[in-house]
Amino acid sequence: MTGRARLAFGVLAFGYAFLYLPIALVIIYSFNESRLVTVWSGFSLKWWHALFANEAMLEAAWLSLRIALVSATGAALLGLAAGYALARAPRFPGRTLFGSLVVAPMVMPEVVMGISMLLLFVGSERLFGGPDRGFLTIVVAHTTFSIAFVAIVVQARLTDFDRALEEAAMDLGATPWVTFRTVTLPLIAPAVGSGWLLAFTLSLDDLILTQFVAGAQSQTLPMRVYSSVRLGVDPQINVLATIVVTVAACALILSGWLTRRKV
Amino acid sequence: MNSGPIVRIEGLTRRFGPIVAVDRVDLEIARGELFALLGGSGCGKTTLLRMLAGFETPDEGRLFIDGQDMTDVPPYRRPVNMMFQSYALFPHMDVAANVGYGLRRDGVKAAEIAERVAEILTLVHLQDHAKRKPSQLSGGQRQRVALARALVKRPKLLLLDEPLAALDRKLREGTRFEMVRLQEQLGLTFVMVTHDQEEAMSMATRLAVMNAGRIAQIGTPHEVYEHPVSRFVADFIGIANIIARDGGGWMALRPEKIALSAERPGLPRTIAGRIVDVAYEGDRSLYHVETDAHGTMTVSTTNTSRSAGAAFARGQPVWLGWADESGQRLEA
Repeated sequence: MTGRARLAFGVLAFGYAFLYLPIALVIIYSFNESRLVTVWSGFSLKWWHALFANEAMLEAAWLSLRIALVSATGAALLGLAAGYALARAPRFPGRTLFGSLVVAPMVMPEVVMGISMLLLFVGSERLFGGPDRGFLTIVVAHTTFSIAFVAIVVQARLTDFDRALEEAAMDLGATPWVTFRTVTLPLIAPAVGSGWLLAFTLSLDDLILTQFVAGAQSQTLPMRVYSSVRLGVDPQINVLATIVVTVAACALILSGWLTRRKV
Repeated sequence: MNSGPIVRIEGLTRRFGPIVAVDRVDLEIARGELFALLGGSGCGKTTLLRMLAGFETPDEGRLFIDGQDMTDVPPYRRPVNMMFQSYALFPHMDVAANVGYGLRRDGVKAAEIAERVAEILTLVHLQDHAKRKPSQLSGGQRQRVALARALVKRPKLLLLDEPLAALDRKLREGTRFEMVRLQEQLGLTFVMVTHDQEEAMSMATRLAVMNAGRIAQIGTPHEVYEHPVSRFVADFIGIANIIARDGGGWMALRPEKIALSAERPGLPRTIAGRIVDVAYEGDRSLYHVETDAHGTMTVSTTNTSRSAGAAFARGQPVWLGWADESGQRLEA
């Protein structure tokens, strides 16, 4: 190895260490025997057992999972429609405004979104007597926030899409709806799928927005973790982090694979 | 069955903002023709074809296919199929599914679809490729899949948008004959758009030369080449020397209709000149000859002997001669 190559390799190794060492440490310490988070005293699965016996934590995890599934699905459907409209619909009044509104949640500070959502739900409670803050309001907030991510991948995919494919389908006798179902949708499905996964991960670990719209009764996983950390850290957090990292990594790898896959 | 023309177009117009892409075009195409729309880019030929397919709605005029008014009928209800320039094969379906797509839309039974797909694939020599994906095919094979997919529904009219443009030169020539063979064998009417005059001349039974949204001339390839009506057509199709006539007006004279010699030839029209440029093309040589009477003229000679190079050298004084009937009088 030449000096230059050795230097390049060193920089690369440092970069990887910087990015992944903290995560690796969390995973390793989840198998720690000690009650102290930062002192290694031997291999043990006891914190894994402790976590799986922790009712409150499991309940929060189950709530987060349900919210993520529903809001990712809602965001995928609405994002698909929004992306399709932006890429395909001829000029319509307010198109530019619509385009900016769709992506606004990506750039708007979450605190601002949280406050506006809270005002909306408080107002609706006053006017219509509902919905109660909890599962439903969190789902609505997460869906609104994630639409942008699906819309953008769908729109990008449709922009590279050869319009002649849709014209060919119609020329061969497919109505616009059949064309969408048999040609457009199968070809952009990877983009919708990767958007869904992105929305799923975003929902799963959102804390700020959720704080605003969650009621007193519903605590999502990130909220539960955050409050338990304030009371003092317990190695169960490491176990939980390991599980979340694994799920998120799988989702991201799958999303990347779906986006790259040639159809 | 109607026995009139398969296509009748009356005053068809399509505007894109301030641009008039197709300008009051009238056209009739007879059954069994291989009709070519020929012109440069932006002449309106593709817009006209897309109006026949139903992808563009005319701003004015009517369009009849087999006697029925199709002006406002959407593409999926027209008895017309199109082969796209990019072929537009569905990448997520294999060859058989691509070809059978249109039949499935019509609700044809699975057994009949399989039979008709196999039959048309045999016709285009792709019977062994039914299970391949488009990405696994060569350019020529994709072209034939696109053709088969458009033909399998037995359309009253097959539209072809630059059908050979994506093929390399060698393959293009063979494919030309193959497409003419298919068209004759199936007895269908083809309407193709091309910017390649050689392609239009060699394939079409009739062609329309288009310019700025209008049809400049319609005729057989022979009529359009030998009897162009305007300077535009004479200049667009092949090479033409456009020279002033004695009695006023213009005349088009093709390079191969002019005799080139060192001595003054015994022809009714002769002028002297000097060779300023020679282009050796193998089968023929093209000369640019500077003349006092008509400026620079292009003359071609066929290279019938294998002796080296062109027969005349640059700078050499020569005589040009032609008969009165060699030139075509131009109306405009």
